[in-house]
Amino acid sequence: MKKNLDINVHHITRVEGHGNIIVNMRDGVLEKAHLNIVEPPRFFEAMLKGRSFTEAAIITSRICGICSLGHQITSLKTTEAALGLEVSEQTILLRKLLVNGATIQSNILHAYFLAVPDFLDAPSVFPLIATNKDVVLRALRMKRLANDIADIVSGRAVHPITPVPGGFTRIPSRDELLHLKERIVTEGLPDAVETVETMKALADAIPQFERETEYISLTHDDEYALYDGDICSSDGGTFPVEDYLNVTNEFVVEHSTSKHARNKREAYMVGALARWNNNYTRLTESARDAAETLGLKPQCYNPYMNTVAQVIEVAHCMEESICIIEELLGRGLKAEKPNQIPTRYGRGIAATEVPRGILFHDYTYDNRGQIVAANCVIPTGQNLANVDADMQKLVPEIVNKTKPEITHHLEMLVRAYDPCISCSVHILDVEFKDS
Amino acid sequence: MKPKVAFFDFTGCEGCQLNKLNFENELLDLLAHVDLVEFREAMDETSDEYDITFVEGSITTPACVERIHDIRRRTKVLVALGACAVNGGINAMKNIQPIDAVREAVYGKDKYRFATLPAMPVSAIVAVDHEVRGCPMSQPDFLQLFKALVMGKKPPTYNYAVCVECKLSENECLLTKGQVCLGPVTRAGCEAICPGVGQACIGCRGFIEDMNQEAMLNILTEKGLSVDEARKRLQLFNAYEVAV
Repeated sequence: MKKNLDINVHHITRVEGHGNIIVNMRDGVLEKAHLNIVEPPRFFEAMLKGRSFTEAAIITSRICGICSLGHQITSLKTTEAALGLEVSEQTILLRKLLVNGATIQSNILHAYFLAVPDFLDAPSVFPLIATNKDVVLRALRMKRLANDIADIVSGRAVHPITPVPGGFTRIPSRDELLHLKERIVTEGLPDAVETVETMKALADAIPQFERETEYISLTHDDEYALYDGDICSSDGGTFPVEDYLNVTNEFVVEHSTSKHARNKREAYMVGALARWNNNYTRLTESARDAAETLGLKPQCYNPYMNTVAQVIEVAHCMEESICIIEELLGRGLKAEKPNQIPTRYGRGIAATEVPRGILFHDYTYDNRGQIVAANCVIPTGQNLANVDADMQKLVPEIVNKTKPEITHHLEMLVRAYDPCISCSVHILDVEFKDS
Repeated sequence: MKPKVAFFDFTGCEGCQLNKLNFENELLDLLAHVDLVEFREAMDETSDEYDITFVEGSITTPACVERIHDIRRRTKVLVALGACAVNGGINAMKNIQPIDAVREAVYGKDKYRFATLPAMPVSAIVAVDHEVRGCPMSQPDFLQLFKALVMGKKPPTYNYAVCVECKLSENECLLTKGQVCLGPVTRAGCEAICPGVGQACIGCRGFIEDMNQEAMLNILTEKGLSVDEARKRLQLFNAYEVAV
């Protein structure tokens, strides 16, 4: 059939930030299918110029409200690498607890508030308060628990306060951590199991679509890599984080204020599905059981399954959080002063698996401890070329559906990536010539 | 009739909007008192007019200017939410560098591809009726304003320093411990949340009206900052409002 099709979704809803979906087909030939990023640029790297190492994480946290913890932790690790600041085991454990909490909070927000309405044909989560109140209350309870981890360990869930270069300005008390652990055991774990059941009941609404692509994430020998690790490609090979530029290869495209990225293929994917594909053997046993219940098998090439991978990670992160708290309590909490005395000045590079995928920060400091060059590579930016490639394969496959159905499939596809568009435009590379 | 409420985001991190979804314990009660008609981050529906509109983010492009005029025409009450909307926030840091250099630093040879203006608060373009300060906006502060508006009362404003609330909380003064704290000149309303957990105030709520800038700069240089570093610290969230 020689079909003509024009789709223009202006400011797609239920995603973070501003993007448009553009599709043009003429006489059955697809001329255009892409996600047009129209978020105003924010020039964050330029703002970092001349800023003190104590201010870098305060500034980069403001790149994104949803990923503020991820940016902050990555920024702190980058500064510590550049200035040779050692941090304690206790600091690393507390940060890992924060990363697990942030993953739970963000994955729950996406799965329940942004994605589930699609599966139930609802325009938002709000009508579900009347029809599925127990599910909405469970989602709110899980979000509250995850945010309480952040509040207790970092002072505040959005733009955390206490994590600073070299450590924490305040550490949680033994009682706070004991109480937190109790709640994760009695509320968090059962809710995570229920969430898997809810997702299973909705699984038929997840579109069947596959496109083989490259998956990139961190990987770690001893754990499901979130806080730390080496770069891993599903096409083979691990690389040190310091070599990230050889993997991300960013480039500017006409239709996006955020740069795109590619490695060996035309595009690659990062995020929960990439982590699952690369690291599923290191998930906790119950998380792997949950995956089996939900029919997620490695290698999974269906991007819509990213939401399912997020739900599995929630179960994993609940268990991990319990283990981390037990280790912290077993070691005994110590009041520590942040180590902020630089032993060198230079370049530092670090990466963290934030909820939407692998995040890189890269700063160079002068010998006054002020930033002279900064570069950050954001998960959503890395995914954009892959979203476009998916659309270009998907549209011809569903072309016989009605225009609203095609539009709905495309919106669901974009949402499945859980894009964080504000993030993606804030961060582009920069070299300062005058310092 | 419940008031029709809408949320819009301009240039910012959407953390203030996220903070509203973080009212897990109060969200359902809040929603019971209003008719939420537009909130792109969470719902598909839209509306033509609103009783109360919350706006997050700064004005940074010609398209933003057009959009905020359009929203102002269609709403009875407009509330600026968070530092970016109230006083330009962290976005305004780009204003203190030559804009051409900023563009080139980020986009290189493609520097003119995307339009940009100096970052401005919402009040630089249209009339703003109320504000919730902070980065992110503080939840208790938002709740107070929300309740006041729904009940038709006047929301609270703060024109005294964070130090006042910090003393009331009986925190140990961070300035006396040698830290670089902006509490003496920053507007209160946050319950001194940062000094309360050992982190110095960074001025995210903007400065009090009659701030003594010279005295503050003197304190900062006494704590070991250079004059340049002290100025930059004051500008972190306040580069639009404060010429230093």
